[in-house]
Amino acid sequence: MSRLLALFLLPLAVVTDLAVAAEGTSRPLNWNAIGMFLVFVLFTLGVTRWAALRTRSASDFYTAGGGMSGFQNGLAIAGDMISAASFLGISAMMFLNGYDGLLYALGVLAGWPIILFLIAERLRNLGKYTFADVVSYRLEQTPVRLTSAFGTLTVALMYLVAQMVGAGKLIELLFGIDYLYAVMLVGVLMVFYVTFGGMLATTWVQIIKAVMLLFGTSFMAFMVLRHFGFSTEAMFAGATAVHAKGTAIMAPGGLLSNPIDAISLGLGMMFGTAGLPHILMRFFTVSDAKEARKSVFYATGFIGYFYLLLIVVGFGAIVMVGTEPSYRDASGAIIGGGNMVAVHLAQAVGGNLFLGFISAVAFATILAVVAGLALSGASAVSHDLYACVIRKGQASEQQEMRMSRIATLCIGVLAIILGLLFESQNIAFLSGLVLAIAASVNFPVLFLSMYWKGLTTRGAVMGSLMGLVSAIVLLVLSPAVWVNVMHHDKALFPYSNPALFSMSLAFFSAWLFSVTDSSPRAALERGRYLAQFIRSMTGIGASGASNH
Amino acid sequence: MTPQDIELIRQHPDFIQLVRRKQKLYWSLSLIMLVIYFGFVLLVAFSPATLGQSLNGGVTSVGMLVGVVMVLLAFALTGFYVYRANHVIDPLNDKLKQECAR
Repeated sequence: MSRLLALFLLPLAVVTDLAVAAEGTSRPLNWNAIGMFLVFVLFTLGVTRWAALRTRSASDFYTAGGGMSGFQNGLAIAGDMISAASFLGISAMMFLNGYDGLLYALGVLAGWPIILFLIAERLRNLGKYTFADVVSYRLEQTPVRLTSAFGTLTVALMYLVAQMVGAGKLIELLFGIDYLYAVMLVGVLMVFYVTFGGMLATTWVQIIKAVMLLFGTSFMAFMVLRHFGFSTEAMFAGATAVHAKGTAIMAPGGLLSNPIDAISLGLGMMFGTAGLPHILMRFFTVSDAKEARKSVFYATGFIGYFYLLLIVVGFGAIVMVGTEPSYRDASGAIIGGGNMVAVHLAQAVGGNLFLGFISAVAFATILAVVAGLALSGASAVSHDLYACVIRKGQASEQQEMRMSRIATLCIGVLAIILGLLFESQNIAFLSGLVLAIAASVNFPVLFLSMYWKGLTTRGAVMGSLMGLVSAIVLLVLSPAVWVNVMHHDKALFPYSNPALFSMSLAFFSAWLFSVTDSSPRAALERGRYLAQFIRSMTGIGASGASNH
Repeated sequence: MTPQDIELIRQHPDFIQLVRRKQKLYWSLSLIMLVIYFGFVLLVAFSPATLGQSLNGGVTSVGMLVGVVMVLLAFALTGFYVYRANHVIDPLNDKLKQECAR
């Protein structure tokens, strides 16, 4: 149970581990890493300047003018998924428990084919800037936009806080920079990329980082394999020989042993990804459904390749880091905490220069992800709330863009403040909540709006709200919060992931409140489904790329 | 689109065929992926020992192979979908668009 929890909360486990490690040890400034990171920042600022000159319309700002190719967008999507948390966290899971680390990776990956088959093309054909465009396509604008924007902001802000705190701790440890400055630096750069360069800069920063991370991890995996004479059997044999758990690391070890928890976690990971607003937004950056389709194909390839490399990195580290006394402190623990094994391995295979490179990549990874989150949050404010709800579509493009920049600035300030407030809080439950909320609030309504004729405004709003409330309530009552944070003895809700229950409830509520809706408005909304269906299937009438 | 256009497309034989082929493609592939993934999850939950068996007498386990195969399968399924969509669905779609534009 506790291990299931640990895995589920993996992205944030990185944070808490580092928090413990960072206390009391003031590390020297790492000049290799800082130098390489500065090169990255200067380069991406150059990209931002280039992008700023090309960002003139709202379409440029939100979706890079719809001009990204499928390959570029695939890399950017992969970049969103292969974050610092998965790079450090999954390799650490494999280092500690072996095979169980792979289960997490597979859960994230398995969602992508489903996104391709069911979501990507329809989303592209129906939407323009945000996924709320799709949900509100034939429904009442105001209530649906309000709830969708609320769902987007909840997910984006929680994710941002988790990332900011994680970034602060990680940078403190890797670079020797103070937590306060680290958080401010991340916040300022994030606002800079988004307000000036919009989606074009945000996407290119993500692409550059994805290439760097894929390259760095490939190099590490290659060096590990070379160490074992390019025999995975020799690597696994070496790992099982020195690991405390022996050959047990080659099999599932108790994680996902409870079927309900296993399915709930699987659903949350699979459909949570399909409800993350900053991921969904990426599908509007390509010109048409065909490119959207290709981008998922490339993204799945890169993500899968990355996870295969992590198997080598994780198991290689068991031998090359685990048996090396210089990576352990006096008490025998890994220096910097368990999540540092990939960083130590970088040093073991490539020396201090490569260590600096990997540290810089880890920082870059966080920056790229938070920029995407800030942009998706800002678009919910400026496009959904301001332009569509408050101004009823009467706002000019200039006004809408000004609002999105103001919103980005506010989100940046908010993220820094929250990052500082939560510095020493146990917020490990947040990242679990993010995927569960995305799977319960955004995904069911988005899916039904595209696939079910009967969905009405009332059903969509109630589905979102019930999903949100049930996901939050169940998570508060679950062991992660009720026991670990609030220090009660026994959790009122026994499972660590609410997705199975909250997602089902969201679907059920959306259905119930739709079929019982006999208002004239509901009849009109059902009547508009056919036109929506034709556009979603054929792309006739879909918004295309803007011309430059 | 006017209501007449919508009605025209709805009854168009190419549209009917497009919808049938596309739905068959994405529902069947989705089902395959869900069965593979949740089958794997349930195998992990109920019979972890199966995955822990040695693959061919060495240390490498059956589970390790299954994990790698799952990654490759996910990629292969997306590849198959893109291939079918590009070569079968899209030509049909383009033809329909042309006919409706006239």
